[in-house]
Amino acid sequence: MFCEKAVELVRELHRMSDGQLPAFNEDGIRQVLEEMKALYEQNQSDVNEAKTEGKTELIPTIKFRHCSLLRNQRCTAAYLYDRLLRIRALRWEYGSVLPTTIRFHMCAEELEWFNQYKKSLATYMRSLGGEEGLDITQDMKPPKSLYIEVRCLKDHGEFEIDDGTVILLKKNSQHFLPRWKCEQLIRQGVLEHVIS
Amino acid sequence: MDTQSYMPVPPGVGMEENFFSLDDILLSHERLPCRTDTAFPKLGFLEKAGETHDIPEGTKMEMPMWLAKGLYERKRHVISVELPKVYREGWRTVFGADANVVDLHKMGPYYYGLGSQMLHFENAENPEIAQSILQTFISRFRRTMDSSQNAYNEDTSVLVERLDCLERALFRSGQNGLNAFQLWERGRASQLTASSLVTNYRKRKITELQS
Repeated sequence: MFCEKAVELVRELHRMSDGQLPAFNEDGIRQVLEEMKALYEQNQSDVNEAKTEGKTELIPTIKFRHCSLLRNQRCTAAYLYDRLLRIRALRWEYGSVLPTTIRFHMCAEELEWFNQYKKSLATYMRSLGGEEGLDITQDMKPPKSLYIEVRCLKDHGEFEIDDGTVILLKKNSQHFLPRWKCEQLIRQGVLEHVIS
Repeated sequence: MDTQSYMPVPPGVGMEENFFSLDDILLSHERLPCRTDTAFPKLGFLEKAGETHDIPEGTKMEMPMWLAKGLYERKRHVISVELPKVYREGWRTVFGADANVVDLHKMGPYYYGLGSQMLHFENAENPEIAQSILQTFISRFRRTMDSSQNAYNEDTSVLVERLDCLERALFRSGQNGLNAFQLWERGRASQLTASSLVTNYRKRKITELQS
């Protein structure tokens, strides 16, 4: 049956329902496009035949192929769109710099899209809250205090805080830091928020 | 509480399909028993036997739902769609007797979705099918809700095993609510946590290294 390749693309994303980004399946997309091209060409020649020679019995076949074309289009569009949703989520989870392993999973157009999204978001955040702008990716949960207790889960090197002091983020060391400084590091799994 | 920034396109409600929804695409890939009411020239290779050049009129074949929906027309007879077994009278009686004992995952797993989609095809039994789906859902919902609200910190695989896709989604949101509530009760709701995306990536990396 037609469209099996296209559904395979969709299944691939559906299996990772937690929002991880699998590698861009360039080969799969190419195969779907090839199938679509073949379907389109066959339909064109059959349409001509039906018109010039009045072969109306070909119409069901033409419709059959046309449905398959639309189906392929839907699957591919859904595949690409769902990937964009995942990539957008990455900006909020990881911050503006992505780990290279994840960047390898994106195609050139997706990287381009991610950069544009980053820029749009930054422009928007600058326009908020007066002169300095407002980082809306911060404080996803309402803060209860300005400083929080954190424990280091891995060596992260030196880290400078507002007043200029430099502290060393060493594995298993514990610190009392401004919340807004470490929120992102917590999300990335470098620090752990300790509640006593 | 788990703040997720990835929100997939939700599946359509009732008879509607959502164009971009991955769930709906997989749902519409379910196969339906069909009979062709007209010949399809040049497509013989798609059929199982695959020996003839055409698909002749009156061939019984299985078609994915998207294709049946695309080809089906009320006025002209192109194909006729038969009811899958689970929606026929025999099974409807079973669901009517006790819907709780049926393994809907095995029967479906898109029992409700596919059933609603079947209403697009003209069939004398349509009102009964719709009624039966609704009743099945109502009688199973209580158990789904109960188990999702009371299974805290335990293995839920036995509980979800026999649920349809729609019920599984409901079960999951029930569990999320329960977990969030438990966190709040212990005063942990305001704790900042690592993104689940990040932790899952790390898990995968470790397993890849080990293999």
